[in-house]
Amino acid sequence: MNSIAEIEQEIIADFELFEGWEEKYQYIIEIGQKLPPLDDKYKTEDYKIKGCQSSVWLHGEEREGRLFFSADSDSTFVKGEIALLMNVLSGQKAEDILNAPLSFIDAIGLRQHVAVTRANGLAAMIKQMKTYALAVSTVQR
Amino acid sequence: MTTFNVHKHRSDFPLLNETAYGKPLVYFDNAATSQKPAVVIQSLVDYYTHYNANIHRGVHFLSQKASAAFDDVRVKVRDFIHAATEQEIIFVRGTTEAINLVASTYGRQHVNKGDEVLISAMEHHSNIVPWQMLCEEKGATLKVIPMNDKGELLLDQLDALLTDKVKIVSLVHISNSLGTINPVKEVIRKAHAKGIPVLVDGAQSTAHMSIDVQELDADFFAFSGHKILGPTGVGCLYGKLALLEQMPPYQGGGEMIHSVSFEKTSYNEVPYKFEAGTPNIADVIALGAAIDYWNTIDRTAAAKWEEDLLHYATEKLKSIQGVRLIGTAKEKASVVSFIIEGVNALDAGMYLDTKGVAVRTGHHCTEPVMTRLGIPGTLRASFMFYNTKEEIDVFAEQLAKAVSFLQPAIAG
Repeated sequence: MNSIAEIEQEIIADFELFEGWEEKYQYIIEIGQKLPPLDDKYKTEDYKIKGCQSSVWLHGEEREGRLFFSADSDSTFVKGEIALLMNVLSGQKAEDILNAPLSFIDAIGLRQHVAVTRANGLAAMIKQMKTYALAVSTVQR
Repeated sequence: MTTFNVHKHRSDFPLLNETAYGKPLVYFDNAATSQKPAVVIQSLVDYYTHYNANIHRGVHFLSQKASAAFDDVRVKVRDFIHAATEQEIIFVRGTTEAINLVASTYGRQHVNKGDEVLISAMEHHSNIVPWQMLCEEKGATLKVIPMNDKGELLLDQLDALLTDKVKIVSLVHISNSLGTINPVKEVIRKAHAKGIPVLVDGAQSTAHMSIDVQELDADFFAFSGHKILGPTGVGCLYGKLALLEQMPPYQGGGEMIHSVSFEKTSYNEVPYKFEAGTPNIADVIALGAAIDYWNTIDRTAAAKWEEDLLHYATEKLKSIQGVRLIGTAKEKASVVSFIIEGVNALDAGMYLDTKGVAVRTGHHCTEPVMTRLGIPGTLRASFMFYNTKEEIDVFAEQLAKAVSFLQPAIAG
């Protein structure tokens, strides 16, 4: 498995091929459409992260020191963001997830489109993924 | 027949020539904030370039000039909303602060344990939360005039709701999320018959109709400058003089005092009693420029044009597969709120954004409206007199494309 930094670089390189925001948006929608469905048993209030305009259900589980995430949203765009985040973080070691700077979000121009609007739960999603990682790494110690 | 020259007015608004992602901007988020004519922008530059000074205390040339310009605006606002005297106009930051001011002063003075405050089912959070805070503090109850599925208030229930316990009614004139124009005059008449004062939230209405607070017989009327072609950070509270004179001050500080000693402070007269600290001089002056601009517009023709835009957009939306209009009241302002079967509102709003079309998505700060209608939120396009049918064509065409682009996502 590639490191978080390597995967982030790959994503940044992929996004450099796009002309502008319109193409980036369409790509994020397309990968959102392909996000594997989340098991219905996790689509409950316990797993819900409420954003201002969309909801995210996130589940994480640890296998052999690595964390695996699955998630869903009512917004396809947010599912695309989930797909990007999972590509980077899912299957990584808890400690690496905790320390991941996730600078690709800025680098691909995503932050300006989501952070200022409070429109979706990207920041809350990252926080929740890191919370899972913190819980796992605390247990490991 | 009056004709409305939309292109002549458009040329007064520099921002309407901007592009978004290289595409001509279509600005349909006017209910959130309006664009500004060049004369308003210039008035800010002129103030800071030529006569920036603190007002009402300096003996010098600049201060006198700034004070006169500032005081003139109170008179302009008086005429704009047809108040009896300029003393009835209090400058605030916006509608939200105006409502908070009334809740904190009149509300605190008159609402006690066991009393009620009456609002409606379609209020903006700004006309819910200040009253909720007051009720919590006082042990009072917030009551709500319900609405039907079209977004019309159920006024047949009003008489029963106007009990002796109700100390104030606070009602939105035009709903920001549904476009409903409420019959505030009728509500005021019924409330007054029971001796209850009424605050009208005019944040949306002031931009779309000529306001006459005396004809409405409103006790309080609140609006924001930035929604009526003026700058952000300034708005007005109108209050009947007799009420304002009896109310305690809002905040303490400079300007609102008559004399201060460590033992006792006496307060200035209305409206200064409610305007502590150096006011927002520049933005008040620019609000005056916005009112001057309104005075050059044929309001009746502008309203008719907006009605045309509303009908045109409504018909266009009805022709798009899966679109369901939210807010279909008989009396409606130029706002279309809608959802699309199988398409997330945020996704569609972001699609439109990539095409240069600015709409709003979400609950529009009216969560109880969405809860009442059983939907998470809507897409909302809100029009101003400077919008065109060509812009609606672009919006409708791109929306249809958004639907076909996004719908397979749900099916798959």
